[in-house]
Amino acid sequence: MTAVRNRLGSHFNLVAAIAGLAIAAIIPMFLDPLSSITDNAITAGAYVVMALGLNIVVGFAGLLDLGYVAFFAFGAYTTAWFASLQFAPANHSKGIHILAGDFASKLPGLHFNFLIILVLAIVITGIAGMLIGLPTLRLRGDYIAIVTLAFGEIIYRFAVNGDAIHLGKGYPLTGGRQAIAPLDSIDLPGLPAFDDASNLRPFFWFVLVLVALVLFVNFRLRESRLGRAWIAMREDEVAAASMGIPLVKTKLLAYATGAAFGGISGAFLASYQSAVNADQFQFGVSIFILAMIIMGGLGSIWGVVFGAVVLSFINTYFIPNVFNSIPSHLGLNFDLTQVSFGIFGFLILIVMVLRPQGLFPERRRKIELTEGIGADESLAEERP
Amino acid sequence: MSGVPAAPDGPAGRPAIVVLREAASRYGLIAVLAALPLYLAILDLTHDGDLSKLGNNIVAGLSNGAIYALIALGYTLVYGIIELINFAHGEVFMIGSFVAFGLWGTLGLGLATGPLGLVFGLLATLLITMVVCGVMNVMIEQVAYKPLRNAPKLAPLITAVGMSFILQNVGILWLGASPASVADLIHAQQDVVTVAGVTVHRADVLAIAVTIPLVLALTTFISRSRLGKAMRATAQDPDAARLMGINVNTTISLTFLLGGALAGAAGLINLLYQTSVWYFQGFEAGLIAFTAAVMGGIGNLKGAVLGGLIIGCIQQISDYRIGADWTPAVVFAYLILIMVFRPQGLIGEVTREAG
Repeated sequence: MTAVRNRLGSHFNLVAAIAGLAIAAIIPMFLDPLSSITDNAITAGAYVVMALGLNIVVGFAGLLDLGYVAFFAFGAYTTAWFASLQFAPANHSKGIHILAGDFASKLPGLHFNFLIILVLAIVITGIAGMLIGLPTLRLRGDYIAIVTLAFGEIIYRFAVNGDAIHLGKGYPLTGGRQAIAPLDSIDLPGLPAFDDASNLRPFFWFVLVLVALVLFVNFRLRESRLGRAWIAMREDEVAAASMGIPLVKTKLLAYATGAAFGGISGAFLASYQSAVNADQFQFGVSIFILAMIIMGGLGSIWGVVFGAVVLSFINTYFIPNVFNSIPSHLGLNFDLTQVSFGIFGFLILIVMVLRPQGLFPERRRKIELTEGIGADESLAEERP
Repeated sequence: MSGVPAAPDGPAGRPAIVVLREAASRYGLIAVLAALPLYLAILDLTHDGDLSKLGNNIVAGLSNGAIYALIALGYTLVYGIIELINFAHGEVFMIGSFVAFGLWGTLGLGLATGPLGLVFGLLATLLITMVVCGVMNVMIEQVAYKPLRNAPKLAPLITAVGMSFILQNVGILWLGASPASVADLIHAQQDVVTVAGVTVHRADVLAIAVTIPLVLALTTFISRSRLGKAMRATAQDPDAARLMGINVNTTISLTFLLGGALAGAAGLINLLYQTSVWYFQGFEAGLIAFTAAVMGGIGNLKGAVLGGLIIGCIQQISDYRIGADWTPAVVFAYLILIMVFRPQGLIGEVTREAG
């Protein structure tokens, strides 16, 4: 691995990304169009996007965000608002359609093309990320964690109780615990409409495109002026500020960028699952995503991709299908699915205690952790 | 200063904006806290002509707040000494309820038990629960936090979250995923006394009667005993304390023991009060109690108790006036406001790093 890396030099990441995505893109061709492996892989792809987004906030900029689920929620509700029957009375019950598919363009409610929804999701979650980031600007590391957690819970409460909040007669904010469904499927111009009842492959390829985009942005950002500013801020906020890095702008951009990826992923997952209900947005999801980036290695892009794919498959495949009956074989009376979050908690704990740098650590962080350089400041910044 | 024309200063010789900002920081939080009850008081007076509704909320709020105060003390003790938000603390409280519930079965406490048996049985339950939770909290510290003492500061916070999930799932395996109701041993909702339309229930008396001695014992222990002195010294400066011959590791473990024991006591009171147990009760109560600790000024024992009582009232008022569905959002909104505008809390001073 190291030899290959040296040979390819700076192109390693590019080559690895293209090769990895190309191989992944071919795999579903050998599987049934409705294979459950493809289904799980689509979910995993969406989680990779989310984890890479959180990695920008936590891994690059060192701001521990325990409320990341809020952006998943904003993204998912963007799809729910702009691609469903939720706002049925709009335009005298005739609906508003912008580049919607053939089927959706005859329905009441708002029906926008999915690409427009993605842009809307980026804008909405980016703004939400900045607004949530604002109050944390002056705070220290652990206080940031709690404030973001509090915001995550408040957003969750709004999602749960949103069916009672009306933006006008017949315009409920959310569906509460009742799912908003069905949502329009993805319908790209020039391509046949995606249909999860007959073929899952287009969804998989679509999510691969999203992953490629996110990987590109992640690698480019890390080497950019902004990315170096994030890492400098993570290492030592005071030193970074005295070197002329504008802390407020740099932090807010980290929140907004990370949030936007959460929004993209949320919008896609909602459209793929064709339903959004408030119970998807519990605190556990934030920790699930956090577990992915901790397992892979905070700040390490390939590590995070690995962590997200592995944990997602553990969640959607291994726990319910493979290991679920183990406790009953041991004479215990429960299913493994009941304790899935306990398993993730255990993984976080074990990785953090035994290998705090993660499985595939970023070089710079490994040096910090093993040689103790900057260990005090690397994740927690002092208040000025 | 000489030669430079002075800016238009306030009465104390400082710019008016600084004076204004300090006043806002000092009294702003109190104003925000008082706004909700004041508004409701005016509403009650104009509608019903008396304040009994609000009074009932406040009585229930104070007794609920006593439970939060006990949990908040655990947060504040641990934060004071190692500057860690012990995220799993709410779960220790939850396990306390579970242990107490299990002990009732073991000791044979039920609705048929006589008053004398009940008193001794509950006292025994209280003691055992406190010991179990205290020891468990020490074990959590040994497993999840001690190996990370020299790691980046956020590392133990992350393991604390992991620990919290593990304990929640222990709760699920123990009693299932839905709330279980338990025997109402003390007839919690029976009236004790009614003054001007405000009723005090048995549960309220119980909560206060257990909390006050425990808080007094804790403060005496910390301010008078040798070990308490060691705790205060470690909180002030661990390195200097170590140089003075204090065993810092033992002192930290002792802190976790005390915090866990108080959470266990809160678990039993909550069990008698709410007559139900649920694996998720610790998560919400933990976050509310953490809010209480921050409100009072984290690291400050009196502050934790004061914050607990205030947050208990806010929670009750919100439950009955705004809707129980919104209570977490209301409490968290207060948490954010406090963190942003007065992170040192109501009576906390700026301590080591915890500005």
